[in-house]
Formats: sequence, C-alpha cells, structure tokens
Amino acid sequence: MARRPRRRDAGGMAETAVRVRGLRKRYGDVDAVNGVDLDVRQGEVFALLGPNGAGKSTAVEILEGHRRRTAGEVSVLGADPARAGRDWRARIGIVPQTSAENPQLTVREMVRHFASYYPRPRDPDEVIEAVGLAEQAGRRVGRLSGGQRRRVDVALGIIGDPELLFLDEPTTGFDPDARRRFWELIQGLAHDGTTILLTTHYLDEAEALADRVGVIAAGRMLAVDTPARLGGRATATARVSWRDPDGPRHIDTASPTQVVAELSAKFGGEVPELAVTRPSLEDVYLEMIGAVR
Amino acid sequence: MTLALRLGLARGALELKMFVRERAAVAFSFGLPIVLLLIFGTVFKGEVGDTGVDFRQYFAAGIIASGIMSTTFTSLGIAIASERDDGTLKRLYGTPMPRASYFIGKTVSALTLSVAETAVLFAVGGALFGLRPPATPERWLTFAWVFVLGVTACTLLGVAVSGVPASGRSAAAVFNLPYLVLQFISGVFFVFGDLPSGVQQVGALFPLKWMCQGLRSALLPDALLAAEPARSWEHGRVALVLAAWCMGGLVLCLTTFRWKRRHER
Ligand SMILES: Nc1ncnc2c1ncn2[C@@H]1O[C@H](COP(=O)(O)OP(=O)(O)OP(=O)(O)O)[C@@H](O)[C@H]1O
Ligand SMILES: [Mg+2]
Repeated sequence: MARRPRRRDAGGMAETAVRVRGLRKRYGDVDAVNGVDLDVRQGEVFALLGPNGAGKSTAVEILEGHRRRTAGEVSVLGADPARAGRDWRARIGIVPQTSAENPQLTVREMVRHFASYYPRPRDPDEVIEAVGLAEQAGRRVGRLSGGQRRRVDVALGIIGDPELLFLDEPTTGFDPDARRRFWELIQGLAHDGTTILLTTHYLDEAEALADRVGVIAAGRMLAVDTPARLGGRATATARVSWRDPDGPRHIDTASPTQVVAELSAKFGGEVPELAVTRPSLEDVYLEMIGAVR
Repeated sequence: MTLALRLGLARGALELKMFVRERAAVAFSFGLPIVLLLIFGTVFKGEVGDTGVDFRQYFAAGIIASGIMSTTFTSLGIAIASERDDGTLKRLYGTPMPRASYFIGKTVSALTLSVAETAVLFAVGGALFGLRPPATPERWLTFAWVFVLGVTACTLLGVAVSGVPASGRSAAAVFNLPYLVLQFISGVFFVFGDLPSGVQQVGALFPLKWMCQGLRSALLPDALLAAEPARSWEHGRVALVLAAWCMGGLVLCLTTFRWKRRHER
C-alpha cells in the first residue's frame, strides 16, 4: 500500500503538533519534570537531549498518554493525551525506551498483527524491509540479537503510518551501519511530513536528524534551538590552531579568516597543522549540563 | 462482526500460537492435572463411603474442575502478570487496539485450552478407570453450564488477581498457593464430605468446591448423593455461587485492571 504523503503546512500555516505549557510531574518529593514548555511544529523533527534522569522519558510518556501529569497544559495533535481515545492513538506511533517482545512470534507475525490494529497501516513487509529485518522476517523474535530486537520496536512504532512518531532512545544498541540506515528511515519519514519527537544521548544523531533540539536537565528545559545555533554555537569564537617551530599554538578569535590570512603570509604559504574549529554540539551541550550540576 | 470482536478473535488465535510454542508452559500448566490424574488414579483405591462409586472417578471429576482452574485462573493470571511486568500490556495500550479485544483474546484462549484439557482428562480417565462422559442430555446440559460458569469465574478472577503480585516473578507464588490449598479443601484430593466441617465451610466460600460438585452431578451416579454433605446436588446454589464469583470478578477486573506496572503512572 502506498503511503500518503502529508503536506507540511496544511492550510498555508504550520500548525503545532505538540504544545506543552508548564508541564510538571511529581514523584514523591521529586519533580521529575519541572515546568517544561515545548512546541513541536507539524512536520518537524525535534530531539530532546539531556543526561540520565533528566526527565526525558517522563515528559515523552506524558505526551504519549502513558503517564498522568501533575500540572500543566498538554495538547498533542489537538487532544489531551490523558483523555484521548482510539482515533488519536491511530495517529501516533510509539517506540518506548524499553519494551517487550513476544519471543515466540516471528518478526513477520508480530508486525502483521500490530498492523491489524490500525485503520490505515503500512505494508508489513515494506516496514520490515525498511528497518533492515527482511532476512530475519521469518525468525522468532526471541532469537534475534539485541539491536535486531530494537529494530522490531521501530517497526511496530511506524507500522500504523503515524502522523506523529515518538522515539525514546531508538538507536540504543544499533551498530554504526544500522544507525545510518535508521537515520535515513527517519529522514524519509520526515520528508513525507511525519512529525518526530525523539530523545537521544547521541549528539551526532541529534545533529543529523533534528530541525531543533531541546536540552533538558533536572526536569527543566535549558535551551531550545537548531543544532547549529544551540548555545550560541554559530557565533561563538573560533579557535585557530597550528604548529610553529616552538610547538603547537592556538588563538581564540572572532575573525578566524583574518588570522589564517596573516598566518599564511607569515609562513609564506602552507601553515603546518592548520585547523579552524568551533565548539561542537557536544562542547556546548556539556557546558550547559555542567552549569546545572 | 465488530472490530473489537474480530481483533479479539485474532488475538485469541495468536495467544494460542504463542502458548503452543512455549513448550514449558504447555508442559506445566497443561500437563500437571494430567500427571496428577495418572499418579493418584493409580494410587487411590476403594469406594466413596458405601455408595459403590469408585473414588478414582470422584477424583477424576474433581481434577477436571481443577484443570479448568489451572488453565484459567493460574496460567492465565500468571501470564497477565508477566505481560504487565515486561511491558506487553503497555505496548498494547499505546496502540488503537480496542481494550476489549485483549480480554476477548484471553477468554478465547482460556476457553479453548480448558476444553482441550477436559477432553484429555476424559480420555485418560476413561482409559484408566472407566470415567464416562455425561450419560443423558440433562447431564450434558448440567456439565455445560457448570463448565461455562466455572471457566468464566476463574478467568475473571485470574485477570483480577493478576494485579496483586508486585512483579511477574512473584506471580507464580501468588497464584499457585491458593490454587494448591483450594484443591485440598474443595473435594479434589479428598472426598468433600469427609473433611472437617470448618474446612468444608471455608472451601464452600470459593468457586472450586462448587465446580467440583456441579461436575460430579453431571458425571457420577446419584448413588453418590449419600456421601454429599447436603444429600443433594444443590444445582441452584452451584449456579448462584459461581454467578456471584463471576460478578465479583468482573467488578474487580473493571475497577482494578492496570495496563502498566504498579509504580509507572
Ligand atoms: N515511576 C517513577 N517513580 C518515581 N520516580 C521516577 C519514576 N519514573 C521516573 N522517576 C524519576 O524521574 C526522573 C526522570 O526520569 P526519566 O526516566 O524521565 O529520565 P530520562 O531523562 O528519560 O533518563 P534516561 O536518559 O536515563 O532515560 C528520575 O530521577 C527518575 O528516578
Ligand atoms: Mg529515558
């Protein structure tokens, strides 16, 4: 069955797929989520970053309708997840952080069966192929490797052809090749207009996939921006480093081009071990997180 | 056919497929009553009182009731508790599957397994000591309603009690303990009328005693009535107690069923 391409901005205006205001979730005397605001536009890929225990899964599971919030306003595809029904569930897809498989069923049996829950599912074999399990389709889930089982989770998350897909650390346990293929899969879904909210600990993954990232720590949203601009990354001073006869040298500067020109003149051509770097996403992320600790 | 029913039947077929592929489950929950029947059927001797009824036939009627409880209450309840613990229920909750389909699926598989279990017990009991299926249409009818009410009550109770164990691992203990005790005080291993009256009163609070009594009335000659404490099959009371347990079980299911682990909300 061919998939329906979705327009990114129905009616000319980008609508909000997820809107969260002042979200709070209290466990005992701990605020796992402590006043989070979040907007995810339709068709957007949004990545939540944050250290272990930051509140990512708690927040995402509230949006999925799996957990109750203590306070705050939440609207997901125009409905309150705490009250939404079957029609709403048919429009979302969930890949949880940890999940169960039925080890006695084969991959194909499992994916086909879940397809029957949805009003307009994708073709099961096509989905199995898309997550890279075509060769294992007839094998029992209990006999798959850890990373292969994780791909079953992804298959079950997308089998209903969701408008909004939640992915909680989807690529944990993937080998590098599988991760690249997963990125292509997500990029393909995003291209067709699927809104995607994912959490990840892999900053390269966030950088490769996300239109915007949010950094969450101790239940609070510290920053929301594009991966390129997060934490003033784009405008941060650059570091020019090279080697001269006395050893390695570097200068932090707002005008690296000029520094390089000067160096080039000084060395009369090639500058040994020349490099111009700006803080990586990881650098700014670690700095933000460090400030909270 | 409504969507919930169609998906429920599909789930039932899937559950049976998973059950059959899980060899240990088949061996244990399905095999235990058969093994008990084989062992005790060869060990037990004599008649029930001076009624002329072979005690092994009395025991066989009890073990059929016990087999129903094993496949419904015990196996089903343990299965649901571990599905809750390992996140299977949570995953289903996250899909648009009608909630009723899950319960329909469980009922279909529990009912199918109970019928299969009963058929095997009949075959074994018939071959070893002449246990016969109900002799008359009226007795078949009795057998049918006792069977259906028993399966329903035990299924609902299995679902309801599945929320009690804190984890999937403790579920086996939570389910097997009452199951084991009830077998001793409900007229499975011992003739009910021979039990001390205090024990009889406790046994009479639970469904297994009434399932055993109902099945005896369908399978064994009326001569046995001399050994029944009430001197009667008490069909009205059997139906009433089992129906009450069905209602209670249903209310418990509707009010206490959780799709998630205890602390996950
Ligand atoms: N059911 C619960 N009961 C009590 N505390 C909880 C519960 N669930 C989560 N927490 C606490 O809430 C905080 C946030 O947990 P959460 O699982 O949302 O973190 P996370 O950002 O997803 O972490 P990770 O990256 O490790 O997955 C943690 O301190 C955790 O201990
Ligand atoms: Mg998490």
